[in-house]
Amino acid sequence: MNSFYGVKLPTAFMLGTANYPSPAILDAAFRQSQASVATVSVRREAAGARAGEGFWRLIRELGVQVLPNTAGCHTASEAVTTAHMARELFDTNWIKLEVIGHSDSLQPDPFGLVEAATILCRDGFKVFPYTTEDLVLADRLLDAGCEVLMPWGAPIGTGLGLINPYGLRSLRAQYPHVPMVIDAGLGLPSQAAQAMEMGFDAVLLNTAVAKAGDPVAMACAFAKAIKAGQLAKTADPMEPRDMAEPSTPLIGKAFLQ
Amino acid sequence: MKISINGVATEVAATSLDAILQEAGYGDLRVATAVNRNFVPVGQRSTYQIEAGDAVEIVAPRQGG
Repeated sequence: MNSFYGVKLPTAFMLGTANYPSPAILDAAFRQSQASVATVSVRREAAGARAGEGFWRLIRELGVQVLPNTAGCHTASEAVTTAHMARELFDTNWIKLEVIGHSDSLQPDPFGLVEAATILCRDGFKVFPYTTEDLVLADRLLDAGCEVLMPWGAPIGTGLGLINPYGLRSLRAQYPHVPMVIDAGLGLPSQAAQAMEMGFDAVLLNTAVAKAGDPVAMACAFAKAIKAGQLAKTADPMEPRDMAEPSTPLIGKAFLQ
Repeated sequence: MKISINGVATEVAATSLDAILQEAGYGDLRVATAVNRNFVPVGQRSTYQIEAGDAVEIVAPRQGG
């Protein structure tokens, strides 16, 4: 597995922290997942409330790398301001950069994404851009200073899996040495295994675990699938072929016709 | 003077951002701030002067995907 801005993560699992039935289930799911990274966000705090402090304490006790996001931002300037606030709150230069361009699909705005990435890389952030499989956009993000790419598997929260395997394979092949995380759209552990088998360095998901009937069990299932896919990739899978080939040797078969 | 805090019109007496946070009940909370959509680092809050009509955003850690 590639390292991410010089950090070698113990596992290839990055897990979101939103939408769990309770903080206790979030905590249990995270521990079962063995995820190395927790994604978090910043939101308005009411005067006198201590919601942020309770959540932050829970995350710190997990002992994982924190990756704040700019979720919900629709412009570069909004994302840049959010990133700066997140850096101060979470004391990390890592930022999952989201600049949303389309409300229904939550597809990234490629122009705003590159603009924000350019500013944030210049400001010393380690940018993890939420992007698509678009090769030209990938090129622009790398030019901007990003050293990691996070192409979507499918639109956020859909659980559709890898909807464009060709595009993702092309992206992986085009930039074999760039650390890449499949971010968003995964619904099942088998889809995470598929991403790892394709050679991606990690997967990032949230809803598939948080919204499962049993988030703790699902976190465990994803952890196993990610490890299986990772191991399969390193084991050098066979090449598929169109025509059948017997696996049982024909030599020595009794002549009975 | 009247300003906006997290989208809510609020009357405050203090003028520095730091003092406004105290006055508005944020005290020792772990928060980050922006004024008129620009980030204001914690180290600049005591000298940052707020004017009538300014929009102050105050955020804290939250769950995210």
